[in-house]
Amino acid sequence: MDKHLSRSDGISVLEIRGLGVAYASESGQLETVRDVSLKIGRGEVYGLVGESGSGKTTLARAVVRYLPRNGRISSGSVLLNGIDLLRLSPAEMRRVWGAKIAMVHQDPSAAVNPSITVGEQVAEVARIHLGLSRGQAWQKALEMLAKVQLPDPGSMARRYPHQLSGGMLQRILIAAALVTSPQLLIMDEPTTSLDVTTEAVILDLIRDLLEGYETAVLYITHNLGVIANVCHRVGVMYAGQLVEEGSIQQVFKHSLFPYTMGLMGCVPRIDVVKRGIHLNTIPGFIPRPGEWPRGCIFAERCPIVEDACKDTRMPLVERAPGHLTACRRWMEMDQVHLAFGIKDKVRPELNRAPGSTWLEARDVKKHFGSRPSWLTRALKRESAIVRAVDGISLRAQAGSTVGIVGESGCGKTTFARCVVGLEQPTAGEVKLDGKRLGSTWAKRSPEILREIQIVFQNPDASLNPWHPVGTSVGRPITLRGKLPRSELDLQVRQLFRAVRLPEDYTSRLPNELSGGEKQRVAIARAFAASPSVIICDEPVSSLDVSVQASLMNLLAELQASNETTYLFISHDLAAVRHLSDRIAVIYLGQIVEMGSAESVFAPPFHPYTEALFSAIPIPDPDVHQERIRLRGAVPSAMHIPSGCRFHTRCPRKVGGICEDHEPPWQDAGDDHLIQCHIPLQQLLAMQNSNADPNAVSVSAEP
Amino acid sequence: MTAYILRRLGLILLTILVASMVIFIATQLLPGDVAHVILGQFATPAAIENLREELGLNRPAVVQYADWLARFVTGDWGDSMVSGYAVRPLVLARLRNSFMLAVVAFSLYVPLGIALGVVAAVNADRAIDRVLSALTMVFVGLPEFVSGLILIGTLALSWDLLPANSSINPDSGFVEAFPYLVLPAIAISLTCLGYVARMTRASTIDVLRSDYAMAADLKGIPRMQVLFRHVLRNSLLPTVTVVAVSVGWLFGGLIIVESVFGYPGLGRLLVYGIQHRDLTLIQACSMVVVTIFGFANLLADVLYGVLNPRIRFAQR
Repeated sequence: MDKHLSRSDGISVLEIRGLGVAYASESGQLETVRDVSLKIGRGEVYGLVGESGSGKTTLARAVVRYLPRNGRISSGSVLLNGIDLLRLSPAEMRRVWGAKIAMVHQDPSAAVNPSITVGEQVAEVARIHLGLSRGQAWQKALEMLAKVQLPDPGSMARRYPHQLSGGMLQRILIAAALVTSPQLLIMDEPTTSLDVTTEAVILDLIRDLLEGYETAVLYITHNLGVIANVCHRVGVMYAGQLVEEGSIQQVFKHSLFPYTMGLMGCVPRIDVVKRGIHLNTIPGFIPRPGEWPRGCIFAERCPIVEDACKDTRMPLVERAPGHLTACRRWMEMDQVHLAFGIKDKVRPELNRAPGSTWLEARDVKKHFGSRPSWLTRALKRESAIVRAVDGISLRAQAGSTVGIVGESGCGKTTFARCVVGLEQPTAGEVKLDGKRLGSTWAKRSPEILREIQIVFQNPDASLNPWHPVGTSVGRPITLRGKLPRSELDLQVRQLFRAVRLPEDYTSRLPNELSGGEKQRVAIARAFAASPSVIICDEPVSSLDVSVQASLMNLLAELQASNETTYLFISHDLAAVRHLSDRIAVIYLGQIVEMGSAESVFAPPFHPYTEALFSAIPIPDPDVHQERIRLRGAVPSAMHIPSGCRFHTRCPRKVGGICEDHEPPWQDAGDDHLIQCHIPLQQLLAMQNSNADPNAVSVSAEP
Repeated sequence: MTAYILRRLGLILLTILVASMVIFIATQLLPGDVAHVILGQFATPAAIENLREELGLNRPAVVQYADWLARFVTGDWGDSMVSGYAVRPLVLARLRNSFMLAVVAFSLYVPLGIALGVVAAVNADRAIDRVLSALTMVFVGLPEFVSGLILIGTLALSWDLLPANSSINPDSGFVEAFPYLVLPAIAISLTCLGYVARMTRASTIDVLRSDYAMAADLKGIPRMQVLFRHVLRNSLLPTVTVVAVSVGWLFGGLIIVESVFGYPGLGRLLVYGIQHRDLTLIQACSMVVVTIFGFANLLADVLYGVLNPRIRFAQR
């Protein structure tokens, strides 16, 4: 990493000085970015990290002067190689866009034009800025597609966006951005909407590509792991301000701002064995624009706040070479460790009766699509049957958590819906306490329906926007039987206390709550029915890391006090590892590996688990990760590969046997099962000869 | 794509079939005894019985319908109950006239509506957009007979720019008829103009706010090129549907506008048929309108498919 630093030769490509951005709103001008200054040198990748609402995207939009109509730059200047962009006319600015500053956007499938071929979307940039002819521009586009490692650029270029996967589209956007070798490249969460295996491949690509360009990069993300993996320097944004800046080593290893330290503690780590302990949380909320305190922006939530902090705001000051902080008590960071309780608080362990299976799914299948219609048959088209869930069996012991992990499209949500009875399984059965359940909710008794509850990923869509949240939470209680009004109120208030929401929130409407608060309401509603099973379908995925941490703690506490059984579904291995007792890894509608959380995360792995594991960017610059990358995207569930369904992407494929025969289940001991042709001893040897993740995790412990 | 078109075609034919049943029931079964209608209330029972036999009215309704539909499809649209002449040549001649009027209206409101919609969208929430939106709202709300009368009062009577009455010789050619077509065309256009403009505005605003429009801007593509190559190509998709469906509206509007202006088209013929209880004529006119409406919708679906690569290249 340090060799990159030397590439920056002191001349700044981008220099932002005292930038402020304000939005016109009903209550006047609201500042959303205040007094931000930073410099990015040639060939340098500058990471800007912050939670949602921290103003990082607004900052990027201000740099390219593409703010919404009600937004304006209220102060400061933006210099690109010495030219003040804020003085340029709109027409001049348009000549800067694409030529000198290029952008890669968050959601690739939304950022490409659906009705233009992807090759043309790269070629047009070459025509406009490089003055190439149609034919030359097309050649240039093919060249760029090859550079971003898209297979067969000639045919790829003629495809339309809907024919490409998200990872391929992000390559197209990167290709389009690099056509002109711009001076500055802004990447706004370029991998956030991608699956973790695809993210890893794209991050590799970005790292490798940038080696060959002198481009300065402003890399925006909320993901600390990504920052540690691709950036040279990092700036931490909080509520519209830059609160800390330094090299990756400095910020990740010797942070000088309490917020940064808190943020690092919030992230569940894949490489550190920490089950049974609390994640850090940062108390309180990000102050909203218009409600910023007079003093330090973080004062209200800071564990080492003193009176002086509340009175005056510290500017960003260089305290060590290249390391800037806005904290006046930067010398006392050790106290933050103590105050945030980074001394691992132990989570209450459950006393479980071992072996008693509470929830069981047996060979559950869900196939979508119907028999071919007369028309498809007449036209000799293939009928499309989507085998979303293709035979999943698992057991959950009472009061334990079974984690289900896999990439998007692997069938985990469909499986969850089959268990709750929202979908009727094509085959298989679900048992609760040994009793077989009706195949859909309509065939289940009210008592059974009460027993199994679900928390959905998106609380915005799962709470009725017209009902006060107290009503939503009270509804499952009234369904169980009539209660006097006062008794109901009491119970609802108790539930709100249990999920750490103020009791007076009961009368609020969902839109008056933040995302994390809404998800707390959804959790309270699930517990209101006193269920024995709760299915958590990506309950924290749409939330910020600090909010994620407090919700995961909450889920763990509620489980301990109510002895609830969880099915915890997530694409986030770290979150699954943090909460689960047992883990099932799903690929294309089937389980490929299953075992206790500890055993699944230690060799021998199923090759798919191994790849998932190595794809996760670890927020620690000192950890060296083995690079195991998967080719392409998950195949369509309409055309499931023969034999081992993972063979098309498996980096450890042994040969024809993988294509022809379904692999056997192998028992690695302690109820740890792996479905693979490779003998376990051999898998273990291969995986140990690479980096042993456990060994890594030991070395990473402070 | 072939499967897509075939499926659409099947659905449209089914729609027309259902509509034909409704028309048949409404004209032949519901009015009671058609023989009574034809012969009047003072006819002798024997004469009525004779006519019923002759017209096949004693057969079961399903048989009557099948027979009627078969003859309609093969081109035998029956004789007028009033004049006794064959209905088909008359209807087709008037259809030609209505078609001329529709063409003028169509070429008036489609380009104008799209242009107004795009201008409003590009200037969303500015004064010009507010004015255009209010105006198109008025257009949508104004019934054809009101706008027709206003047009006659101003353009024809007060300023004497165009003829107020369009009751031309039914056999006139297009050039001859053109001056008489303008006013009624404007009158029919206004409603459709409003719809097209509002739909174009809404979808263009959506696309202008999309990530890919922003991405196109930030590639440094000239503003006009962004608008025409990146934005309109996508935002006009819903407009295509509205335009095609508006063809059906257009023929509905003809009934009123042709009456207001006295123009000898299909609409006026239909009104005439209704006034004189000429059931055969009503059936023929209605079936023609329904068929046009159906195929306008088919055209909309096919165009949508051709313009949208997601459908053009879809496996299903």
